[in-house]
Amino acid sequence: MFPAAATFACPQPPVSEGPVEIVPGVHWIGAFDPNLRSFDTLMKTANGTSYNAYVVRGSAGVAVIDTVDETCSDAFFARLEAVARYDEISVLVLNHLESDHSGALAELLRRAPQAHVHVSPRGLQILRTLLKDAFGLYRISPVTTGHSVSLGDRSLHFLTTPNVHWPDTQCTWLDQDRIIFTCDLFGSHYCDERLFDDLVGDFRFSFEHYFDRIMRPFRSSVAAALDLIEPLAPAVIAPSHGPILRANPGDYLRHYRRLSSPRFGFGAGTDKTLAILYISAHGATAELAQAIRDGAAEEPGVRVSLFDLDRGELHPFVDLIEEVDGIALGTPTINGDAVRAVWELLAKLVDIETKGKLGAAFGSYGWSGEAVRQVEARLQGLKMRLPEPGLRVKLEPTAADLAEARAFGRRLAAHLTGRAPPREIDLADLAAR
Amino acid sequence: MEKATLTFTDVSITVNVPPGTRIIEMSEKVGSGITYGCREGECGTCMTHVIEGAEHLSEPTALEQRVLAENLAGKDDRLACQCRVLSGAVKVRPG
Ligand SMILES: Cc1cc2nc3c(=O)[nH]c(=O)nc-3n(C[C@H](O)[C@H](O)[C@H](O)COP(=O)(O)O)c2cc1C
Ligand code: FES
Ligand SMILES: [Fe+2]
Ligand SMILES: [Fe+2]
Repeated sequence: MFPAAATFACPQPPVSEGPVEIVPGVHWIGAFDPNLRSFDTLMKTANGTSYNAYVVRGSAGVAVIDTVDETCSDAFFARLEAVARYDEISVLVLNHLESDHSGALAELLRRAPQAHVHVSPRGLQILRTLLKDAFGLYRISPVTTGHSVSLGDRSLHFLTTPNVHWPDTQCTWLDQDRIIFTCDLFGSHYCDERLFDDLVGDFRFSFEHYFDRIMRPFRSSVAAALDLIEPLAPAVIAPSHGPILRANPGDYLRHYRRLSSPRFGFGAGTDKTLAILYISAHGATAELAQAIRDGAAEEPGVRVSLFDLDRGELHPFVDLIEEVDGIALGTPTINGDAVRAVWELLAKLVDIETKGKLGAAFGSYGWSGEAVRQVEARLQGLKMRLPEPGLRVKLEPTAADLAEARAFGRRLAAHLTGRAPPREIDLADLAAR
Repeated sequence: MEKATLTFTDVSITVNVPPGTRIIEMSEKVGSGITYGCREGECGTCMTHVIEGAEHLSEPTALEQRVLAENLAGKDDRLACQCRVLSGAVKVRPG
């Protein structure tokens, strides 16, 4: 157990203890967490963070958008009470149910049980788990793009933007004021009580670093969310962490578009790309790698590159893999396992989107050869497709092994161009694979 | 017994299967990019797009229907851990 609750208490800076007006009738009611130093175990937060929640007041209703981390509930409720009574809250929008935004939810619903909860369909599943028996007590509706809820002279419109962190994420658009509430999207782990991008310190590094650690694995989902948000031309982007973006919102939209687009703006044209990365203790796996490269290079329309994992740095390899269409990973079996550098690379691949890429494994071994299967299992876990069973060769490859490695390379390349001949197999034969 | 085939287009392979086989029994072995979480029809991770032959698949159960709806599935999407190939030729790819 941790020594004292105080370790997790959320110290509030002396300034701005109250709610902060964004435009008349729309308030920030979040909380500052300047002492947070690690977020989700995924990233360090040297400057802390904030959990942003909002209240929108209309002529016929009051909406609360998101809550805060449970450790910061007191600050949230104090700010909320300064702008609205609990019995006035008619709508509760949950853009994302991760605990940093749903920490005060159960208590808020106890205090405002009449609030009509609006959540994405994926959020509904998670909400059921979070609220347990209390789920049935409240009015909860799933909403998707095109749905809206009226507050009288103001209304909130929902945009379904899944996987811009969790499957449940959505954005909410207040069109009268042109404010988009984006939850984790456009966030920064940057704690500054001056709150607005034109008033806070230099948070550009934090904005970028947050994208890299939180959003990068969901790059194509970010791009899909931007497709919905950009046409709205918002005047204010109100995320759930860090500064509210009101000075030049278009700049942030353009920057997110750039960050979620392919990293190398030049290059392969319509060619498919295959990167072969290997590590080799005594040269056998290296020979296979070279032969696979030679075979793959015979396929027109495929650009093949070959890298010795042991001679490069991890991060550039991750950048490379993010952009290529396929990878073949070579590793010997050492002590019944793939070698550490390969595992380190594979562990880093959660930082990028790998779904749908072509993957393959190969390697030399002495007697048991576990490594290739282990790597294949990991590549499948990364949602890659593995059209060719891994290539395993005992010790030094023979001329026949090298011919097979070239054929393996040719087949991988053909799977990239779509020219691989269709194959047919019986279920019984599959067991042998 | 009637013959059934299931084609995984992402790895261009067709498997001849006994009628009643679940997609989950094959997809990982052929290396298809269809991935699984719960394997019990609850999480929606294994959502799979049916390109051809949807009529040859088992009817979705109430649970599958609910999970498909909550995952915003299209009309040709199914859960690979749930549905069975009953007959004919079915073509799928990861959803
Ligand atoms: C950044 C992040 C990503 C997550 N991704 C997944 C996921 O892909 N699948 C899943 O089942 N749960 C996912 N979760 C949910 C966690 O597994 C869940 O919150 C768990 O209870 C955390 O356990 P802990 O308290 O030991 O950290 C994710 C949680 C976080 C914070
Ligand atoms: S794996 Fe969870 S629904 Fe199929
Ligand atoms: Fe999140
Ligand atoms: Fe968050």
